[in-house]
Amino acid sequence: MSKSKPTDSSRDEDRAAEHGPPAVELRGITKRFPGVVANRDVSLAVRRGTIHAVVGENGAGKSTLMKILYGMQRPDGGSVLVDGTPVAFGSPQQAIAAGIGMVHQHFMLADNFTVGENITLGAERRHGIGARAATRIRELAARYGLDIEPDELTENLGVGDRQRVEILKVLYRGARILILDEPTTVLVPQEVDELFGNLRELTGEGLTIIFISHKLDEVLAVADEITVIRQGTTITTVTPAAVTARQLATLMVGSELPSPAAPESLVTDEPVLAVAGLTVRGPAGRPVVADVGFTIHRGEVLGIAGVEGNGQAELVEAILGLHPAEGTLTLAGRSLAGQSTRARREAGMGYIPADRHRHGLLLDAPLWENRMLGHQTERPNAARGLLLPGAARTDTQRILAAYDVRTPGIEVAAGALSGGNQQKLIVGRELSSAPKLLVAAHPTRGVDVGAQAAIWGQIRQARGNGMGVLLVSADLDELIGLSDTIKVIHRGRLVATTDPASTTPEHLGLAMTGALEEPS
Amino acid sequence: MRLAGRIDLVGAGTRLLAPVVALLFAFGIFAAVLGVEGTNATDAFSQMFEYAALPDSQVDILNRATFYYLAAVAVAFGFRMGLFNIGVDGQYRLATLMAAALGSASFIGWLPGVLRIILMVIVAMVVGAAWAAIAGLLRATRGVSEVISTIMLNAVAGGLVAFLNTTDHWGTRPEGSNAVSTPLLPKDSWLPNLPLIGGTEAGVFAFSVVAVIVGVGYWFLLERTRFGFDLRATGYSPTVAAASGVDAKRMVVWTMVISGAIAGLVGLPQLFGESHAFTDSVGGIGFTGIAIALLGRSRPVGMALGALLWAFLDRSSLILDLADIPREIVVIMQGSTVLAVVVAYELAKRLSRRMQRRRVGGLVETSQKEQPA
Repeated sequence: MSKSKPTDSSRDEDRAAEHGPPAVELRGITKRFPGVVANRDVSLAVRRGTIHAVVGENGAGKSTLMKILYGMQRPDGGSVLVDGTPVAFGSPQQAIAAGIGMVHQHFMLADNFTVGENITLGAERRHGIGARAATRIRELAARYGLDIEPDELTENLGVGDRQRVEILKVLYRGARILILDEPTTVLVPQEVDELFGNLRELTGEGLTIIFISHKLDEVLAVADEITVIRQGTTITTVTPAAVTARQLATLMVGSELPSPAAPESLVTDEPVLAVAGLTVRGPAGRPVVADVGFTIHRGEVLGIAGVEGNGQAELVEAILGLHPAEGTLTLAGRSLAGQSTRARREAGMGYIPADRHRHGLLLDAPLWENRMLGHQTERPNAARGLLLPGAARTDTQRILAAYDVRTPGIEVAAGALSGGNQQKLIVGRELSSAPKLLVAAHPTRGVDVGAQAAIWGQIRQARGNGMGVLLVSADLDELIGLSDTIKVIHRGRLVATTDPASTTPEHLGLAMTGALEEPS
Repeated sequence: MRLAGRIDLVGAGTRLLAPVVALLFAFGIFAAVLGVEGTNATDAFSQMFEYAALPDSQVDILNRATFYYLAAVAVAFGFRMGLFNIGVDGQYRLATLMAAALGSASFIGWLPGVLRIILMVIVAMVVGAAWAAIAGLLRATRGVSEVISTIMLNAVAGGLVAFLNTTDHWGTRPEGSNAVSTPLLPKDSWLPNLPLIGGTEAGVFAFSVVAVIVGVGYWFLLERTRFGFDLRATGYSPTVAAASGVDAKRMVVWTMVISGAIAGLVGLPQLFGESHAFTDSVGGIGFTGIAIALLGRSRPVGMALGALLWAFLDRSSLILDLADIPREIVVIMQGSTVLAVVVAYELAKRLSRRMQRRRVGGLVETSQKEQPA
């Protein structure tokens, strides 16, 4: 991941645009929801032609603020000014008409449509849906350096291209001010760099970008100005040159930043998980995980580093039995190759999935039923094939308290919790069954700094009690801080082994690109 | 904890309010259509109520509700895990034919009546389950949509029933009649009707007891067993269920088998309590079951109320003919009730989800699902 600041010298010079009114100004915005103040007296000004980052923990009120700006919510107090003119949007349509566009975190594209069709969908009045629209799209793509071909079928596009389509969709509707909501969550590092290049082209053409994120490295790399939001209110606005990532994090949480400091090793020589010759084949029969072998001991955290898409997801699913695989797999002396996911979980595998919504939680079911999930065959949730709802409810209360899951109660649907609280619930659930092995994929992804520290502490504590951990993460600091051993995966193969005590993120990053292949 | 209780109350409140509002809406449509016809809706409705309150009508409503309920539970079983068993109709017709043919066959004439009844119930359930299992296996092994396969299997079952229920095979034609049916069951395997309602000779099907047992069993299996949890988890989200260790393919087959077994019971109340022979006159209960499962939101009590409502409308519509009002108007009301209820439930669900989010507080961060499309 590139951390270098852009060297474009024009960025340091005063621009003509700075002398006009700010492109967007929020004055004293307050938004209350029953029982909560989501935003309190928020003020910020975004200069035209700049990238303005809004950072804050999950739940700090960033999204509410952007929803107000985009017309999805009405503020209870304060005013919004666009180009110096007060506005009051009642709907996103009005915001779009005023030149404000939003690129959502999750893409909303129809796979079976072409790029052009996706872009014109809902905006047919502008240039029709035919040649005129296609011409306009090519024009926009060329002008802003977005390499997009309108006739391409959307399902053939990669994630980075899809995001460019989303941006183009907003530009096509005439936006001059773009709100990007956590745009890098779904991207691999190279795509992040590309996106930042695109964003600079956009601001170079005079567009204004509001960039919402909680990834501080990225914010520091791309933003011209950074506004920090904490507990619903703006703390300060700084320039990236004036702060370090650590200072910024401190501003965000309001206290010293926790870090996964390397603890002393508790590794024993008793193997928990032994994998050999593990091969997973993709749809075309090509191996996506090739001949992988490793051993995790009691009390050991094995970290897997790699650029996303190099077989980590398939490796995790193969170990859980969610994906057919060749090779042997032994958990605490018992062979589990060819066994069902349930048999593996009952044998003592805990699982923190990378995607909580697709694999971790029943969003429409209450918390106590989610506490049973994945452990619906074990006490306290069930005995002899019958559920024990009373015991499960009681144990859910215990998890809520022990893992600091913030919720009014256990009857609430899991989908109503914030991402961090959902993740804490999953961690609590998985650790509660005292697994022999925890398979943790991105255990703190999308989680705020406070919850992150708590989750690290809990994993470390369980490891101290003899649990083995397979940790897959894109967060190199997390890998280095938690792991006893780090292996690097590249194109489905384990290509390098490093000692986290002596490695640096830079060295790991190099290994992840495949530059340091060593015979293993 | 007080707050948690409140959230539940709010949720339950909206869920209860939804069908009431939907019924009022359906009644509004009913009144409007009658208005176009030039009839007073309240008048027509009070006539329907009066007629439905007669003892004979009450018995008839309970009897209809019995088989409607069984059909609804069969459908609901699939619904709860996201399977759409449209084949209940074919399953129960084939099952009833097989059971009736076996029960009246001379080679088991020696069996005492009670045992013969038990045997027939088992056969009906096995036949229904087997017929549904075809769709389940096709889905699990070949990925064939159960919607398509059960519709096709309905047609196949219809053909099979028509073929077997002829005088060349298992059917007989009583003297002076055109209707072909299986031979009458021996009297000792008729079930006596229960004199629950005073003032009439007619009795309620003894099989209504079975329907109640099925309803309780349905609740228990889904809410209190591991199997039910796996089934519901799959219904909420197949990917999450798989990650939790549910074997999706096995679940599909088992759910279809159980759904089909319950479907096999649908024709039995009439077979044991009224017709005592299989005649292919009553089809379509399987489809009514879909409507009632929707009405009752696949919940055991909700479907019971839905079945009673449907039976009430069925029965009370008979009086409309006498008042020179086209009886089909009730079909309109039944249809609009289902539609309105489905819409109202969806609205109630969204409403209560939104209210929950608000109460949870850090609400907005997670509401990516509510972004405008």
